[in-house]
Amino acid sequence: MLSIKNLHASVEDKQILKGINLEIKAGEVHAIMGPNGAGKSTLSSIIAGNENYEVSEGEIFLDGEDLSELAPEERANKGVFLSFQYPVEIPGVSVTNFIKTAINEKRKANGQDEMPANEMLKLIREKSELLEMDRKFLSRSLNEGFSGGEKKRNEIFQMAMLEPKIAILDETDSGLDIDALRIVANGVNKLKNENNAVLVITHYQRLLDYIIPDFVHVLMDGKIVKSGGAALALELEEKGYDWIKSELN
Amino acid sequence: MAFEEQIDVTSHLHEVRTSAIKNFENKGFPTKKEEAWKYTSLNAILKNEYSVFPKHENAIEFAEVKKYFLHEIDTYKVIFVDGKFSSFLSATTHDGIDVCLMSSALTKPKYKMVIDEYFNKIASKDESLTTLNTAFANEGAYINIPKSKIADKPIEIIYFSTGVENALMVQPRNLVIVGENAHVQIIERHQSLNENPVLTNAVTEIFAQKRAIVDYYKIQNDLQSSNLIDNTYISQKQESRVSVHTFSFGGNITRNNLNFYHFGERIDSTLKGITIIGDKQHVDHYTLVHHASPNCESHQNYKTILADSATGVFNGKIFVEKEAQKTDAFQQNNNILIGDKATINAKPQLEIFADDVKCSHGCTIGQLDESAMFYMQQRGIPKKEAKALLMYAFSNEVIESIKIPELKQRITKIIANKLGVNLGFDL
Repeated sequence: MLSIKNLHASVEDKQILKGINLEIKAGEVHAIMGPNGAGKSTLSSIIAGNENYEVSEGEIFLDGEDLSELAPEERANKGVFLSFQYPVEIPGVSVTNFIKTAINEKRKANGQDEMPANEMLKLIREKSELLEMDRKFLSRSLNEGFSGGEKKRNEIFQMAMLEPKIAILDETDSGLDIDALRIVANGVNKLKNENNAVLVITHYQRLLDYIIPDFVHVLMDGKIVKSGGAALALELEEKGYDWIKSELN
Repeated sequence: MAFEEQIDVTSHLHEVRTSAIKNFENKGFPTKKEEAWKYTSLNAILKNEYSVFPKHENAIEFAEVKKYFLHEIDTYKVIFVDGKFSSFLSATTHDGIDVCLMSSALTKPKYKMVIDEYFNKIASKDESLTTLNTAFANEGAYINIPKSKIADKPIEIIYFSTGVENALMVQPRNLVIVGENAHVQIIERHQSLNENPVLTNAVTEIFAQKRAIVDYYKIQNDLQSSNLIDNTYISQKQESRVSVHTFSFGGNITRNNLNFYHFGERIDSTLKGITIIGDKQHVDHYTLVHHASPNCESHQNYKTILADSATGVFNGKIFVEKEAQKTDAFQQNNNILIGDKATINAKPQLEIFADDVKCSHGCTIGQLDESAMFYMQQRGIPKKEAKALLMYAFSNEVIESIKIPELKQRITKIIANKLGVNLGFDL
């Protein structure tokens, strides 16, 4: 599904990714962990097509298609979804209207007509219930005055509506209390199936108690230095990252 | 009665007009040498040979101009075509409130006392374009809402130019008197119907008595062949609340001189505006709030988006007199430049002589937020639509404070149109 080959990237001449290789197959959950500044958020931004980063070497493929030349919206409409660590506030545009716009842009890009209003409403109801969002929430301005938990829940709601092939959750657990964490994780688990995949990017192991990864990768200084199963996350939680550093040396 | 009808009620205006024309003759049209006109030049538009008195009376059908009215709701209408009152397009009233035309208020004896008390009493006797208007203007809207009356529907004042004249100069004069505890909502618009140049030099005087509430909306979405100089003077008494919203989307050169004067305590003044222009359009907001008494508030919020080679000016002056303790004056001016050649000149001016006041101003000039763009693109929304959504969001704060729902929807639609995209949902 998602295949990253020898990815090198920099921002303002600072080399951040130094040769990432990653294979994610349909139906899998991968987690990337690592200390602050390792390049985790850079990696997710680059997969989504953020133009502030310079990719100097390497490729990213989605179902065999090279994404390098595609704009962020084109990648999105092909099935890449990034749940933002800091979702942006858009005053005057409601949660409902924003997701309607996004859904219909995706349909337009894929040569489909706009989604009929009743179908849209039904889908919105179904997915918002999944995330335990109340109706009033849907008519509020996007992310404006939302608590940390509400912002993240809204991200996963949008993911549920857009049904991406690959969902990247960038530090989705940050700023969440335990109830919100459970709701968000539960939502992700219900959306997970054999045709899509999830990439969880996190500093802490906490979220991985709820979204159990098939593979855990450790990203340090722009490279994946160690990969393993779910148990690796627990080990990192317990011992921190220093032991890996010393193992490498 | 017969005698009264014969009194020359216009004679008392004679003096007013004579001194106004003298002032204008001394000063002439403002030039860029004057501090207040540093960024706006009238040279190019004064080259036209304007006719001041149209030779023909021009009728227009309602169907042709329906779209310029807030036709979704019932309103009072005071409508002018090439400077002349159009009874056909208007819907005036004398039932409890007066919504009618200035020419009759200026000439009929029964209005004499009111005219003597209010006409040209708050308008500048010094500013050259205002005095030019005072010297010649004889038509416009006359609105008088007596004590404790509430105008039961909004009032629309529209000035149409048909373009029958090669170039037309019109000088509308509006007088709005709102009595104690009275309330009125007014929408003013200037609209050309073809591309012949128009220069409008309008003066509006508004008097808000104790606890009066006035909501005034200016829609400036004219063709790019039209120029507008709007001079609005507002006198507020104790506990009155007056808001003026200015929506500037059209026109060639637009200058808004908006002046608030306080005469009493606990007054509330609101000045808000959205300017979205492109090409070589020019919009200049020149505001003054004169705080002269204690415990008053003023709120200013102007949003500007400039594309192409458009130029914008915001000059906001807050003057707080020594007596005006506990003044709360707030001024916010946010500008986005999306054209490489677009320019904004922003100048807050605070002159404060009282020591116990809360005055703040904030001015930002920027481009569209890149992280917000990326967020929306990540959700599959193309750049052009994402930009439009962001610009809409940027102006939303001002849109939200429009109190007439149908007008709010209309302004939103104009903005969507102006941004050149279907925002993809029913706004």
